[in-house]
Amino acid sequence: MGAQGIGARVPRVEDQRFLTGRGRYTDDINRPHQTYAWILRSPHAHARIRSIDTSAAKSAPGVVAVFTGADMEVGSLPCGWQVTSKDGTPMKEPPHPPLARDYVRHVGDQVAVVIAETKAQARDAAELIEVDYEVLPAAVSIQAALAPDAPKVHQDLPDNVCYDWELGDKAKTEEAFANARHVVKLDIVQNRLIPNAIEPRAAVGDYDSGTGKYTLYTTSQNPHVIRLLMGAFVLNIPENKLRVVAPDVGGGFGSKIYHYAEEAIVTWAAGKVNRPVKWTAERSESFVADAHGRDHVPHAELAIDADGKFLGLRVSTLANMGAYLSTFAPSIPTYLYGPLMAGVYATPAIYVEVKAVFTHTTPVDAYRGAGRPEATYLLERIVTKAAKQLGIDEVELRRKNMVQPDMFPYQTPVLLQYDVGDYPGTMDAAVKAADWYGFAQRRKESEARGKLRGIGMSTYVEACGLAPSAVVGQLGARAGLYESANVRVHPTGSVSVYTGLHSHGQGHETVLAQIVHEYLGVPIENVTVVHGDTDDGQFGMGTYGSRSAPVGTAALVKALEKVVNKAKKIAAHLMEASEADIELKDGNFVIAGTDKSLPFAQVALAAYVPHNYPITELEPGLEGQAFYDPMNFSYPNGCHICEVEVDPETGKVDVVAMTSVDDVGRVLNPLIVEGQTHGGLTQGIGQALLEQCVFDEDGQLVTGSFMDYCMPRADDVPSYNSSTMAVMGASNPLQVKGVGESGTIGATPAVINAVLDALAPLGVEDIQMPASPHRVWQAIQAAKTPMAAE
Amino acid sequence: MYNFAYHRPSSVAEAAAALAAASEGKLLAGGMTLLPTMKQRLAQPSDLIDLGAIADMKGISTTGDGVRIGAMTTHASVASSAEVKAAIPALAHLAENIGDPQVRNRGTIGGSIANNDPAADYPAAVLALDATIQTNKRTIAADDFFTGMFETALEEGEIITAVSFPKPQKAAYAKFPNPASRYALVGVFVAQTASGVRVAVTGAAPCVFRASQIEQALAGNFSPSALDGLTIDSSGLNSDIHASPEYRAHLIGVMAKRAVAAAA
Repeated sequence: MGAQGIGARVPRVEDQRFLTGRGRYTDDINRPHQTYAWILRSPHAHARIRSIDTSAAKSAPGVVAVFTGADMEVGSLPCGWQVTSKDGTPMKEPPHPPLARDYVRHVGDQVAVVIAETKAQARDAAELIEVDYEVLPAAVSIQAALAPDAPKVHQDLPDNVCYDWELGDKAKTEEAFANARHVVKLDIVQNRLIPNAIEPRAAVGDYDSGTGKYTLYTTSQNPHVIRLLMGAFVLNIPENKLRVVAPDVGGGFGSKIYHYAEEAIVTWAAGKVNRPVKWTAERSESFVADAHGRDHVPHAELAIDADGKFLGLRVSTLANMGAYLSTFAPSIPTYLYGPLMAGVYATPAIYVEVKAVFTHTTPVDAYRGAGRPEATYLLERIVTKAAKQLGIDEVELRRKNMVQPDMFPYQTPVLLQYDVGDYPGTMDAAVKAADWYGFAQRRKESEARGKLRGIGMSTYVEACGLAPSAVVGQLGARAGLYESANVRVHPTGSVSVYTGLHSHGQGHETVLAQIVHEYLGVPIENVTVVHGDTDDGQFGMGTYGSRSAPVGTAALVKALEKVVNKAKKIAAHLMEASEADIELKDGNFVIAGTDKSLPFAQVALAAYVPHNYPITELEPGLEGQAFYDPMNFSYPNGCHICEVEVDPETGKVDVVAMTSVDDVGRVLNPLIVEGQTHGGLTQGIGQALLEQCVFDEDGQLVTGSFMDYCMPRADDVPSYNSSTMAVMGASNPLQVKGVGESGTIGATPAVINAVLDALAPLGVEDIQMPASPHRVWQAIQAAKTPMAAE
Repeated sequence: MYNFAYHRPSSVAEAAAALAAASEGKLLAGGMTLLPTMKQRLAQPSDLIDLGAIADMKGISTTGDGVRIGAMTTHASVASSAEVKAAIPALAHLAENIGDPQVRNRGTIGGSIANNDPAADYPAAVLALDATIQTNKRTIAADDFFTGMFETALEEGEIITAVSFPKPQKAAYAKFPNPASRYALVGVFVAQTASGVRVAVTGAAPCVFRASQIEQALAGNFSPSALDGLTIDSSGLNSDIHASPEYRAHLIGVMAKRAVAAAA
């Protein structure tokens, strides 16, 4: 590792522009003769549209056009994953028009769009649109949607069930339970979350009538995917006539993966009005129109033998899809959830069934971690509960049941084959770093201050590096999940890297440059990473699911190897040596065993000025392109330990310590790994203690602003004690596993296990998330009541 | 935001005249509630009369028995005022914990109490400290000022110009913040004053109110232990996703005790 190479603590090259206000986000983009769109949204969770009168709006000042669903005859917003039910039938896949046709199905559903000279004029005119709604009863919660007489979300479907899916060997699992000495049961609610990226979504559609080409600027994590989905399925525009640009993007956390209606609306409308059309979400719109996360109601049972060995796990989960299927929604509670139920444990029999349900709410899709936090939370809660119920030290119960280092590759009973790891090792490192066994003394100190102290643990393993295309294809993915890179060496030796990834806060521009430096010796100042523009680079799948490091860097390494191989041939020619003797070291080609060397830049120049060049054998130029389809998922894993103090008078929980030991494989840049971990831990704490999306029974969003939706703030979290432990051997060239989601996955159960540990002396055995002061106080009161009656 | 006519008078009299002339006029103090409401198109004033240029309405002065705070004085000014810290440290402390730095540097005491948000902090101080509200027409005793949710004794065209706080013997404010908004879920201001112990509660009910039960308990014994075993009635208290009436009632007792313990 050099000062700038793989593993170096290189400050982010992006920071200069982000921290000095020089970032260029979608809302910063303004096109000549641009118009502004305001989207009229449904105020009702469920209503039939009897009629829409747009005449007053059309004649309002500054209005260019008004469109409704009747005007916008385009395709349905597509779903990228098909899940098959137990009975072999495909999931129900109702249409999702960008503008509602006959019915609105959630508060915020798009009803009409006004395009005007200014945003204020568009909004003023939208207030003049008269929509005659027949307001209908709404099915808001999962349970309400499953009731026999529930209002149907989609009138053409028999009921509100999207699919009823299973995974694992049911008979074998039943047998395990029949043989169990102990059965531990757990019911939880996986609270619904609103992503709240700091940059609200925005989209600018542009149409060039001279060339017939459309351009969409959008806040996306995957512009190539948007071009494919919108072009091929919604608007029928071939790729060569559609450019999608996702410039700087201010956070996504999954919510900017999906193809949203507004993208199709502005692109289509730009063609209709023959002028650019810009839409920028208000924060209030983000709350109702960005896909939400989580929202499960699971029940789990763990079968354990007399020695404390896990025999079987069965899980039954209800999952909320919201009103329509968002792009990857069906895959989240299935293939990103069920296969994670083994966790770090060698549980021999696992059976998972998931019923996905339509409701009259905002669509639900992946949110940081996406299925894996939901699975890990359930598993790590029930394991801790088992330890308490059986009176076994929870560290030892975990150790006894873990997949041991000599068991890799380990085939779980739920699809995945773990490649490498040291689960007891990461747990022991965390136990030591957190001083787990010194807790009693700290609890005493807290008690002296009138506080209840608790400690909680979570281990996890996640499947990242999405994904081997053939495998996910068999599971219903309608896309491949490879990644691409193109390394273009310029004549003077500077480098542009074109990646199919997209950076929206991750620091790819730094890390990919570090990898180029590692392979070519070019200083990172001379490397530019280009991403986010479908006209400026080859197809790629974008960034989500911690895939950039395991999959994206692998494509880059392959491309770099092509460059190095060609450059060696050129160097051999220039140095009059055998290609086999040429090595590239610290930016110079050297002949092994001699002191002869040639700088990389001179070889690059020779490739573009081929005067002295093996022209009969080699083409001029120096460029390498590669697509990489992973052999396996990658499996980051780790152990998180949380300590909380609870004020028994108010119920307020303070996280006083948070330790994480994560095996993310090779660390490419420790600064970025720390940043990802700290952000993830904070989001994990947010779900555990603060965040909750609440609808009322009519489907109105109660938590429609930050006044009621509680995001974590700096004073809600402690200074983190985070470290990494790299177990090499991951199935990709750099042996990286991914770090984007681990904090979110491990933190949440550790926090709640700690809260329950703190409250255990008062008799509290369960609490739902978020463990708000109110909930904690109520739990304490409820625990007091039966004792008082005794 | 809808269109409106903007006025920036330089005297209270001019402001009153502009307000009287407007069809649906609104006074703009710090704008911490009004401007977000207008941005969401939930308010549509015809005229906005910005009080920010009226020098007479700003500033803090020591009076014979306490401090006088101009209505347009920001929370940050109150929090950092040597006069306030010397006379009523609890009031400076309250101001220091309103909202965030942006709010404290824009929001004003006059705006806060005129708005009378059920969860605002200042109304608790005004009521517990037995302050007097001065307007362009009269003076109003705190006990008469706060009349209901977002409602006050202010008449049409009446403008708060200053608030006078008598110095208490002891006072403190204890707030349990709403985790999301950081407004008071329950805030209790306790004060030992010339006219006896006064305890005002904000956040818990539709309007700030005096907790007579707590006042009586503290009258003879101004100490936290005087509140042991006290049960606060939850009827009439607010219920929302953040707290039930029972939880709010409980917090009133807890925060009252903490305020008494902290009183200086």
